[in-house]
Amino acid sequence: MRKCSLESIDRVFAAINADASLYLPVDGDDGKAVYTKWEDGVKWSGALNTVRSPKSFFFPQMEDLVQFRTEGKTIEVIDPRKESEDFVVFGVRACDAKSFEVLDRVFLVDPVDSYYASRREHGVIVTVACTRPVETCFCKTFGIDPAEPAGDVSVWKTDSELFWQSNTEKGEKLLEKLADLTEECTDEAVAAQKEKINSVMSRLPLADLKADAFGAGKTMKFFDAPEWDELSESCIACGTCTYVCPTCQCYDIKDFNTGNGVIRFRCWDSCMYSEFTKMSAGQPRLTQKERFRQRFMHKLVYYPEKNGGLFSCVGCGRCLSRCPISMNIVKVMKTIGGKADE
Amino acid sequence: MQKITRDQLIEKAASLLGNGTVSCVLGWEKGEFDYDVTPALFETESELREKFVFGDFCGANLSKYLVSKTRKCEGRILVFLKPCDTYSFNQLLTEHRFDREKAYVVGIPCEGMADIERVKELCGDGISSVTADGDELVVTTLYDDEPVRVKAESVLAERCVNCKSKKHVAYDELIGEDGEVLSSARFDEVARLEAMTPDERFAFWQNELSKCIRCNACRNVCPACTCERCVFDNPSSGVENKAAANSFEEKMFHIIRAFHVAGRCTDCGECSRVCPQNIPLHLLNRKFIKDIDDFYGEYQAGAEVGSRAPLVNYTFDDLEPGEVFERGGQDA
Amino acid sequence: MQVKEYKPLIVAFCCNWCSYAGADLAGNNRLSYPADVKIIRVPCSCRVNPMFVLRAFQRGADGVIICGCHPGDCHYTSGNYYTRRRMALLFSMLDYLGIERDRTRLEWVSAAEGAKFAATMNDFVEKVTALGENKRLEDLRCKK
Repeated sequence: MRKCSLESIDRVFAAINADASLYLPVDGDDGKAVYTKWEDGVKWSGALNTVRSPKSFFFPQMEDLVQFRTEGKTIEVIDPRKESEDFVVFGVRACDAKSFEVLDRVFLVDPVDSYYASRREHGVIVTVACTRPVETCFCKTFGIDPAEPAGDVSVWKTDSELFWQSNTEKGEKLLEKLADLTEECTDEAVAAQKEKINSVMSRLPLADLKADAFGAGKTMKFFDAPEWDELSESCIACGTCTYVCPTCQCYDIKDFNTGNGVIRFRCWDSCMYSEFTKMSAGQPRLTQKERFRQRFMHKLVYYPEKNGGLFSCVGCGRCLSRCPISMNIVKVMKTIGGKADE
Repeated sequence: MQKITRDQLIEKAASLLGNGTVSCVLGWEKGEFDYDVTPALFETESELREKFVFGDFCGANLSKYLVSKTRKCEGRILVFLKPCDTYSFNQLLTEHRFDREKAYVVGIPCEGMADIERVKELCGDGISSVTADGDELVVTTLYDDEPVRVKAESVLAERCVNCKSKKHVAYDELIGEDGEVLSSARFDEVARLEAMTPDERFAFWQNELSKCIRCNACRNVCPACTCERCVFDNPSSGVENKAAANSFEEKMFHIIRAFHVAGRCTDCGECSRVCPQNIPLHLLNRKFIKDIDDFYGEYQAGAEVGSRAPLVNYTFDDLEPGEVFERGGQDA
Repeated sequence: MQVKEYKPLIVAFCCNWCSYAGADLAGNNRLSYPADVKIIRVPCSCRVNPMFVLRAFQRGADGVIICGCHPGDCHYTSGNYYTRRRMALLFSMLDYLGIERDRTRLEWVSAAEGAKFAATMNDFVEKVTALGENKRLEDLRCKK
């Protein structure tokens, strides 16, 4: 483990940025943190988390897949992929770090999504342990420890220092570059910091939320639960929950007619939308109830079924604070999960 | 804090349910915390007593739910409407979006609703409880031992700071006293933008609209957006898109969204309330309202049922688009 | 090296009953106006949806002009009155977003006004040329 003082942070950022673009959460003009490219003078946000999750570094909301250009009778096929830049994402929280594992299991299994894979390969993730979880946090429900974040490098922040620990080869390399700016240290301060985080975690209002009732093989148990009617009653069918979610991975592929060819692109899609997975035969889920159910069943039952019990919710709490009508996965879990046990 | 209580509303709803006037109640349901209130339909008195809530975080405008709920429910629906919500209600009736006979409106006074984001700015995050006490909110957080007290008016939502009316323009029954139409400063911010140089305006909107994640929350919550199928969702429209590819598509969506409700928007402010990225969308809608007032005479959508909206109306001597710019402001 | 002269692309939505015929008359009378003006015939100026204007900009237009019958002369009695309100609001909104005012225009041109049609187009093209390329409402994908 290595450490550096908080005062030297800008020098550390500069050192990282020398070889690879550095992105980190920065407070925007409205006070909300946004991942921003570091440059001299940019200040790391003290916010717990960003409104938009860091999944877009690997799976951007919109990306071109291929372009066809016509000229007379010829069609030129253009691959818009450039060799990805090397980049470092600093300040990722434990929940979001776990979300990359969820996405990997979708995009990196055969057939591998080369667009995602290339970005994954070029990106180094530096996580930072939480210091100030809020009421909407429930990562512990899914077995995530905010004091022990994954990622290539894990960082702990105390009042005056940052402690760095590499977890992977990529992380090792990054720390080597920072050797001059950091010094070797013991992990006592980190242990104390972890203790502190854990004591806050147990005081959180959602600390007792359990996901045990859900998981693989529970499809039949929950699919026809009468509670879905009531839960989805006031859903306005927007895509806020999906688009702020770090694990939602559905996308649509479309063609854009440029006038002299076609750009084939993909963009995020939301199961809350009426056009979601529409096929020539029509819409597989005709009502908002079915679409609403799909989102939560996917996170809590279908995904774990295919991925060894791993839930595709990481408890980051974004949907809790952003949903226009305050309906969310916690309310669903408490209503459906609670009643199913009776 | 609100002058009427949850109990008053429950008593009213219970008696109307009891005597068969209504078959269900559209209201607000309490959430996990003190501030995450969800609009909900209640069918029995016991449900009401268990889950119904009314307080400083019941900002959600329930009028749009009548479009779908009146189709679904047998009998009349009791709906609690705050003064600004009644304008949306009238506008929906003007557009024949539901049957007036199927709704039973109980008008309730509103002292302005709190914005949890502003509470968090003042009191810090990690809110564990928020309760009203007189004209203050008592906020406890996970990190402070002592509760923090803030003036309720200091955490009002923007739309409530600039409240346009405390008067109910539609109701079957009123709880408490009716208020007056207010003269608000709601167009000040629009005027401030108009006074900027075009480059500043362009930069302002470019920055704001670039935050858009196209979640469609502004559109879907809007009581004036009630098309069965939106042009932006329709693959055969040629403009359907699920994400903005660039700043052009961001602008197109927001111009068209605001334009489509121009003259019909009651300025209820739901679009800005729900935006997960805090884009001041009401400034687009208010620009149209301000222009309409300036060009064609004052018009408040929803003030009365059946009024003819400015964009489906005309006079022989309306001003020409070219004259709009002769009125002032700077060109790009 | 010779710098290529900038030529704007102008889309003109012309009402079938008046300005489209006005354009025809301009041609018959051998009045000239720049070839950069691409005319789209519409049944009435009121057919022009704000989306048409934006889409024209997206597809590479540098200026959009809508021509209809003089107030009172609409083939459908009142279509152009609605156009007038609609475009007043749209143009004002574009101005609010910082888009140059001279990129959009609404003009009344009757079937007898061939000369006015040519003069209007000459003037509009000149103004748009002065503004240069449309950068604020462009979609780069359509320019590749």
